Amino acid sequence: MNNLNKMKSIIIEKTLKLDCGKEISNFPLAYETYGNLNEKKDNAILIFHALTGDQYASGINPITKKEGWWNYAVGPGKSFDTDKFFIICANVIGGCMGSYGPGTIDPLTNKPIGTNFPVITINDMVNAQYNLLDYFKIEKLFAVAGGSMGGMQVLQFVSNFPNKARVALPIACTASHSAQNIAFNELGRQAIMSDSNWKEGLYDEKSTNPDKGLAVARMAAHITYLSKQGLQEKFGRNLQERSDLKFGFDADFQIESYLRYQGSVFVDRFDANSYLYITRAMDYFDLTKQFNGNLSKAFKDTKTKFFIISFTSDWLYPTSENKDIVIALNAIGADVGFVEIETDKGHDSFLLDVPDFLSTIKNYLNTTYSNIHERRI
Amino acid sequence: MKEEFKVISKFIEEKSRVLDVGCGDGILMEYLSKNKVVDVRGLEISKEKVKKCLSKGLAVIEGDAENDLKQFPDLSFDYVILSQTLQAFMSPEKVIENLLRVGKKVIVTIPNFGHWKVRIDLLLKGEMPVTKNLPYQWYNTPNLHMCTIQDFYNFCNSKGINIYKTISLNGEKISNISNSNLKYKNLISELGIFLLEK
Repeated sequence: MNNLNKMKSIIIEKTLKLDCGKEISNFPLAYETYGNLNEKKDNAILIFHALTGDQYASGINPITKKEGWWNYAVGPGKSFDTDKFFIICANVIGGCMGSYGPGTIDPLTNKPIGTNFPVITINDMVNAQYNLLDYFKIEKLFAVAGGSMGGMQVLQFVSNFPNKARVALPIACTASHSAQNIAFNELGRQAIMSDSNWKEGLYDEKSTNPDKGLAVARMAAHITYLSKQGLQEKFGRNLQERSDLKFGFDADFQIESYLRYQGSVFVDRFDANSYLYITRAMDYFDLTKQFNGNLSKAFKDTKTKFFIISFTSDWLYPTSENKDIVIALNAIGADVGFVEIETDKGHDSFLLDVPDFLSTIKNYLNTTYSNIHERRI
Repeated sequence: MKEEFKVISKFIEEKSRVLDVGCGDGILMEYLSKNKVVDVRGLEISKEKVKKCLSKGLAVIEGDAENDLKQFPDLSFDYVILSQTLQAFMSPEKVIENLLRVGKKVIVTIPNFGHWKVRIDLLLKGEMPVTKNLPYQWYNTPNLHMCTIQDFYNFCNSKGINIYKTISLNGEKISNISNSNLKYKNLISELGIFLLEK
């Protein structure tokens, strides 16, 4: 619990009207920062995390003691160079790393809010995080960036605040969550809710934990983050610490053992109800529909420079869906760059050591920052 | 910088919006954005080259002109540039149509298959020409639709495309091409640079 006390957070006092109609106020938003904000306050980058991420993008996560989720990309001399830029990353509302979420204790009942927590959206998450700009007195961010659900937040942020970021980096994402993605999320939610320990979301007060359901949800989701080719090359039909099949249902194959491990470590760091709420927020994300079927209108009048990245082996948020965003931006003459990075690492590529991806972002950000700087002089 | 790019940049008025189709490493884009303060975008098919462009902060998207030009609205650019790539398309006719739809003016550069060295290769040696500007063998050339300056002239005339200006490039020598010297320029030019309008 000592570590939880060290966690940085702001209390957002002013009322936030959620998409579901409910209003929240005086709620916590946990964040972390890396690097230093310069005097002009023009070097700040707001990074948005994905479904199971948190504010600890870089270095060692003080809670899990593991490397931050974007350690390959964020740090001194890295793609998001903390020697140069001031990186802010917040835990989304609905999350379980200090921000207002289903695990937050309700002061009236002294119990976790659980499923009384309102259903939140990507829009709500972004609006909550916008308060960080006021907190740090940043007039305009240099960039907003994120992959997967983080990318959706990037799109929503620029749409909501067209003049608050010079650069937007949506990575491996979509403007409209597909039926296939909703299906996978539903599978995960059903795994959790079918666990008898879920107790209609009241597992904390009943001192149980839907570990098994949450682990299965993670296992299923994990498969969607990898590519068939990547799995085949890494595991093939290799057997797990045995020379022959055992004619049973133990983990005969390495891939089974790997998935079980992924499930088991996940439950130690993630809350089942948060998983339900955040996957729901992703499913509800449809920026195109927010603008009556015309995605271009979401970015009308924006001066933000976009750089969109997809990965060849990502079948969860495929290149075609990323390209739809490019097309919508080109239709209104927005400043947009796009590249599909060649890799067999699937959707997870944005979190991994993919040198082409990491170096292109680094160069793009550094050059763009100095171009803006030079022109101002 | 290449002589060709100098000619192209002279065609372009300051503060205009430019799309460079097949922008390669982005050298022309960089030159234009530094010297003419133009708003310049690029389209490039090679991932390696797109990454190079993006590393320089240029607004380049990965894609190919035969499929990806359609996303740009009508007349959304003041100039669209197509430098030495027309011959590599499956359907150059459709690409030109699309360029003229997207751009108010279009700049097209073609390697001239009517150059005397090319003609001699075929006439005297009886071999497919291999020159500085056309360095490929017949079996590995990406060039599907070679044409001469005369051919492109005829094409534009038959399609009702206005040719504003045509420049001949022979080594570093730059000269104007007109109806009166067309036959001669078609023999001595390595490159033809056309400024077109619908």
